[in-house]
Amino acid sequence: MSLYARITGWIVLLFGLLYFALPLLGLAEFSLKARRGVYSLDAYSKIIGDAEFQQTFLYSITMALVTIAFGIVLVVPTAFWVRLKMPWARPYVEFLTLLPLVIPAIVVVFGYIRLYNTSSWLPLTGSILGTNLLLAFGYTMLALPYMYRAVDTGLRTIDVATLTEAAQSLGAGWTTILSRVILPNVIPAVLSGAFLTFAIVIGEFTLAALLDRPAFGPYLQRIGANKPYEPFALSVMAFAITWACMGLIQLANRFAKHTKAAAR
Amino acid sequence: MASAAPLKRRRPLPLTWLGLAPFALFTFLFLIWPTLYIVIGAFQDRSGAFTLQNIADLNTGTIPSSYWISIKISATSAALGCLIGFGMAAAVTFGAVPRWIKAPLMTFSGVASNFAGVPLAFAFLATFGPIGLVTVFLRNNFGIVLQRDIGFSILSFWGLTITYLFFQIPLMILIITPALEGLKREWREAAAVLGASTAQYWRMVALPILFPSILGTFALLFANSFGAVATAIALTGSSLNIVPIQLFAQIRGDVLGNPNLGYAMAFGMIVVTAIANVLYIWLRIRAERWLK
Repeated sequence: MSLYARITGWIVLLFGLLYFALPLLGLAEFSLKARRGVYSLDAYSKIIGDAEFQQTFLYSITMALVTIAFGIVLVVPTAFWVRLKMPWARPYVEFLTLLPLVIPAIVVVFGYIRLYNTSSWLPLTGSILGTNLLLAFGYTMLALPYMYRAVDTGLRTIDVATLTEAAQSLGAGWTTILSRVILPNVIPAVLSGAFLTFAIVIGEFTLAALLDRPAFGPYLQRIGANKPYEPFALSVMAFAITWACMGLIQLANRFAKHTKAAAR
Repeated sequence: MASAAPLKRRRPLPLTWLGLAPFALFTFLFLIWPTLYIVIGAFQDRSGAFTLQNIADLNTGTIPSSYWISIKISATSAALGCLIGFGMAAAVTFGAVPRWIKAPLMTFSGVASNFAGVPLAFAFLATFGPIGLVTVFLRNNFGIVLQRDIGFSILSFWGLTITYLFFQIPLMILIITPALEGLKREWREAAAVLGASTAQYWRMVALPILFPSILGTFALLFANSFGAVATAIALTGSSLNIVPIQLFAQIRGDVLGNPNLGYAMAFGMIVVTAIANVLYIWLRIRAERWLK
């Protein structure tokens, strides 16, 4: 490696790191400036005490948990069944799970609004419960590429057919096999899918705003227009949540490696 | 699902597929059908009859200019993302900088590539906005006013492009690093033995092999920023006339005054992102010929 290449490498890397560091630094610094002249946590304490913040944040957390639960119930049996009985269907199922990355979310939610409106055969947007359900389904759809890939990777590391046969010969039904044999074996994979889902749902804007639900993302966007420092404090918190989720994914993956090593 | 397997043993009628029924039903109801509904609507008039008028009407009013700005922003941020991401990935892969930097950089890229949305817009407002960190720093220490002296505003074309780079560069790093690692040492050595300089090796060996990967990633980054809604709305409000913002306004309040024209606009978005994604997949298959 020549000196010239080394210097170029350093310059490019430092330029890139500076680009990534500055906005994070700027955001953190700005969020501390609520009190004139000194750094303080005023913006944080003010926004955490805000009733609307608490409501929207709680709503988004609930939504994330519902989405994760629904995603697990949908994805784990499907990925299991494809591996066990229908390997030929895998490319098709995988293609379907990748579609949410191709079709913009704003287009899909446009379809929801027109398809499930009050005068349709399934008037989901007619009631609050229905709209919440529709939003949860929409989030499940958004998280599908990540959830499916995580679970499928997890299933690859275990011998699905043998485990199923062993459980069946002990008299287990499908529900028992899925919940007490397959699921515990892919828990680390499910967890990494779950944390990514959580990170996606907690700050999601487009679906929640267009379905007019009181979620954290639209709230953050709305107060951005009329409050000076609070939105920045909230953004720092959103960054922290994303980082925490990604850290937990790393932890889940390490846990997976650890248990595999112990089993050998 | 519970009834599928026992039934199969008793009767010849295959019922295995029933296990996939919940998944198929879900993707149909909440992904395929809503999308098809929009696509079909784009080719219907108000009474439901087939027409190409909506597609033709895309060429009226502010719609062509919004598509054009969107395409320009997506192409610029994708190109810069590819360039900078490639440089950073190359720096950590070929050992220009210490090895230990690579793992944290990859982890960071995994996070940042997922971090689009409203908080990202605020991060850039706090940094390059009218009273942001960098803006104030430049004004106090160098007397440079971004808006006046360089013509830079975070609410403009370049502002949005620079913000998008925050998730474009990491995505490029994530995708191109495995490709760079796939370049075999033997190729470089063989080229050197035959008397090629480093520049010649890059121009005649490495870049042609990497070209499909780079172009494919460009297409993916393009689609990625073309569909981004939240960052743009939180950053610029409605001051920048790009397709996702216009579609957002159309869904909220039918600003075009013609629902089917709204469908046509959404259909146009699908077409652009679909072309970019098909290009990505095709180029990826080509790239895998050499890089295994």
